[in-house]
Amino acid sequence: MSIVLPALQGPKTPAFESYKPYSAPVRRPIEPVGRYFLAHATRTLRGHTWSEFEKLEAEKNVQVVEEDEDADLGDEEQSAELLATSPREWKEADLYAVLGLSHLRWKATEDQIRRAHRKQVLKHHPDKKSASGGLDQDDFFKVIQKAFEVMTDSNKRAQFDSVDELATVAPPSAKSEYDFFEAWGPVFETNAHFSKKQPVPLLGDKDSTKEEVDAFYKFWGKFDSWKSFEFKDEDVPDDSANRDHKRYIERKNISNRKKLKQEDNKILNEMVGRAQKEDPRIKAWKEAIKKEKEQAKWEKGAGSRAAAEAAAKKKAEEEAAKKKADEEAVLAKADAKKAKEAAKSAKKKNKRAVRGAPKAANYFGDEAKAEIIDGDVDLLLEKLDDLQLVSLAAKSEGDADAVKAAFVEMVSELTTSGTLKASYVKYFV
Amino acid sequence: MSSVIGITFGNTSSSIAVATQDGKVDVIANPDGDRAIPSVLSYIGIDEYHGAQAVAQLVRNASNTIINFRDFIGKQYDDVDVSVAARGAAPVKTEDGGIGYNITREDDRVELVTVNEAATRHFKQLKSAAEDYLGQKVESAVLTVPTNFNEHQREVLVQIASAAGFQVLQLINEPSAALLAHLTAASTALGEDELLKDLIYVVADFGGIRSDAAVIAVRGGILTILATAHEFNLGGDDLDDAISEHFAKEFEKKYQANPRKNARSLAKLKAESIVAKKTLSNVQSSSFSIESLAEGFDFLSNINRLRFELAARKPLSDMTAFVEKVLTKAGLDALDIDGVLLAGGCANVVKLAQNVQYLFPESTKIIAPSFDAKASNPEELSTRGAALQAALIESFDEAEVKESLQPIVVNTQHLQAPIGIKDAEGNFQALLVAETAYPIKRSIEVTNGDSSDVVVELYEGKRTIKETVIEPEARNPEDSDYDSDDSDEEPEIKKEVVYVAGDLLAKTVLSDLKPNSKLEVIVNITQNGVLHLTSRELKQGAIAVKGEVQGH
Repeated sequence: MSIVLPALQGPKTPAFESYKPYSAPVRRPIEPVGRYFLAHATRTLRGHTWSEFEKLEAEKNVQVVEEDEDADLGDEEQSAELLATSPREWKEADLYAVLGLSHLRWKATEDQIRRAHRKQVLKHHPDKKSASGGLDQDDFFKVIQKAFEVMTDSNKRAQFDSVDELATVAPPSAKSEYDFFEAWGPVFETNAHFSKKQPVPLLGDKDSTKEEVDAFYKFWGKFDSWKSFEFKDEDVPDDSANRDHKRYIERKNISNRKKLKQEDNKILNEMVGRAQKEDPRIKAWKEAIKKEKEQAKWEKGAGSRAAAEAAAKKKAEEEAAKKKADEEAVLAKADAKKAKEAAKSAKKKNKRAVRGAPKAANYFGDEAKAEIIDGDVDLLLEKLDDLQLVSLAAKSEGDADAVKAAFVEMVSELTTSGTLKASYVKYFV
Repeated sequence: MSSVIGITFGNTSSSIAVATQDGKVDVIANPDGDRAIPSVLSYIGIDEYHGAQAVAQLVRNASNTIINFRDFIGKQYDDVDVSVAARGAAPVKTEDGGIGYNITREDDRVELVTVNEAATRHFKQLKSAAEDYLGQKVESAVLTVPTNFNEHQREVLVQIASAAGFQVLQLINEPSAALLAHLTAASTALGEDELLKDLIYVVADFGGIRSDAAVIAVRGGILTILATAHEFNLGGDDLDDAISEHFAKEFEKKYQANPRKNARSLAKLKAESIVAKKTLSNVQSSSFSIESLAEGFDFLSNINRLRFELAARKPLSDMTAFVEKVLTKAGLDALDIDGVLLAGGCANVVKLAQNVQYLFPESTKIIAPSFDAKASNPEELSTRGAALQAALIESFDEAEVKESLQPIVVNTQHLQAPIGIKDAEGNFQALLVAETAYPIKRSIEVTNGDSSDVVVELYEGKRTIKETVIEPEARNPEDSDYDSDDSDEEPEIKKEVVYVAGDLLAKTVLSDLKPNSKLEVIVNITQNGVLHLTSRELKQGAIAVKGEVQGH
């Protein structure tokens, strides 16, 4: 109940009149605690008046409200096929699409799910349908309720997300041509939220460092997913009529889950393996490493190679030298033979000259003793060495006396050296 | 969870708390499981004991056990009363005139532990307890201090904290922190903002060895301390001593042996008395047993609440008198007080809360565990407040916080008399209450009733005390089995404070209104103390009548 003001007694003007100042204030420290103090401090420091401050606060509030509102939540078109889903086969339907959240999927918050559900209920409630003429039209509504039940239970939602194929991007087909990062990036991005460990490293781009890429493949190589496959379970009959059968189904479900989990892990491992194989960054690095190795090897071999070259060169040189030497030796041999032959022929010539000398000198006048002289000359020729022969041959032309003196001198030279016994010489004594 | 914690460092015990995301506060237990962690350090050889483990050393190793050292911080030896430490290590004068303790460590080596060093070690222990709980590093904290801590003591405390490895974001007064914690908790419980109600509280903190009280006005969420009082020789220790003395007498009578002669016996008595006191706060009687109290005699007895209240009558009435003292200091009457918040360990004592209640009229709410089982633990109130404040200022950077603590922000004019308007019956309706900090803006919705022209008269309120005599209920004549001479029963007089219109400050006229239109009156005082009165009809295009009330 609001306060009633007293009626005016007196004139209407002036509209405002001031009479007396109010009691003087006292200056006291206020306690700097609590949020109202902080508001007071802001007002004082920024010099805001009350109305300015209220305006600012109001603006803040408005923003908050606007942020909250994403109005078109759950307004997605639903296909006729989806709407025709039988409640019996609700598991086959895309539960996010049922709630009109297929663009958000696992990212939808609980609040968004709630609001989207409300919208779907408004649209598909059986009362509404029957009002607009339909009769037995609560099939899709049942599916909506099922979907809401799953989505609001974090456990069940995780189970649905595990088998939600539309939430993940499939790896590119191996046969097609594609850009590695464009094709594989979304694959890893959409699979990342299955990891028990968060945050999950993403594929990155061609400029990622080696550490990043190594960490990425290391993480994904040991990817621990929270996926579980209860959603694919066969319904366990809930009547107690046949316990054995029930247990049998339960066992089957458990083993099926295990199988699916293993398969899923295998698929993921293969996927990561394939990506790793195709990764152009890794290829580039491998190439680089290979090149580097070769280079290193090449550099490492430089010393021994120089030595080998030097050895080969040396060997070649040696061979050349040897060949040359051989040739020279052959030549020399030939020369020597020639010389020998020349010497031989010269000797023969000289011998002939020496032998012919007495005859030419008419046996020094003693033609009678020609046979003795020839005998002496032969003896002399036998004993003479090459040099003596040459000098004797040189002297055995010309004047007969000079030839005879040369023979005598030669004989005496030979007898004094002991090679010839004086007694054997008969003429040149 | 916030990584900024709130710490209350008391003479007797300390506590640490942290605010959680949902606005609740977790008081952190130390590794012993204590939330009220005794501010005690004890040394044996190389070992350091802290908290309850150190308290246990008071019996055997009192000379190496440091107690009650908080108030020594930033003080000189000659300025303090060292008798508070009589049960533990004796304080000694250090070379620079400060206070220290000679502690015997390993190999009979004597270590001089200064008060600052002791406080640093104590803070380190508190910090590590908080880190264990939070699982992350504690880098900053909000600390509470008694209102009588001077600037120097505050500075020293900040230094001690940084030596212990954390930064003090803000030092806040203990009573304000306690009240903030209470009001925040009450707001959550009631679903309306208790801070915005204009009420005056007395915060009475009865600690181990000292008592503090403050009168705090809560105005539009802003807290202003109107008066403080301190009593340095009154606290829970006096209650313990009363119990000890009671049993010492009983023991002496029974065994003809005096347990007061022996320090160890006294320590044993003290330790058991504390347990008994705490038990009596919850149940009607407590057993009391000490093995080999004196001369080899075991002692086993029990005490009920009534006997305890008789034995501790003196300190309990001192405490009540102390609350009265702070009221006198504030220049207020018990009738002006809307609530009394009892803090500190003694607030658990039932009799104390009852005594305080007798002091105030029924309209005053006494906040103590014995009246409200849901009330926060009085020992934890100021820590909780500190944690709440920590969570509030955590998001601000240091400069902003510093800026907010400047005198220009903190020292504010406060209105001294209420200002309000008079309604059709001539009653004064307060718009602004006394002790509200500037700037103020309040609006109220009113109506003109049947009259087409109304006047808004702005008055300053005048405090009067209205006495209502409540006649004792007339007895049913059939009940006359009782003695009929009940005429000596005095009629009860109920007093309450009523404000009546005093001086007329200003008036505005609103004319030509339709019956029962909605009107709004706005009173506004700027930072500079200029009072504006605005009144207008709440409809589109209505013109407001505005005016400035003349200044002083």
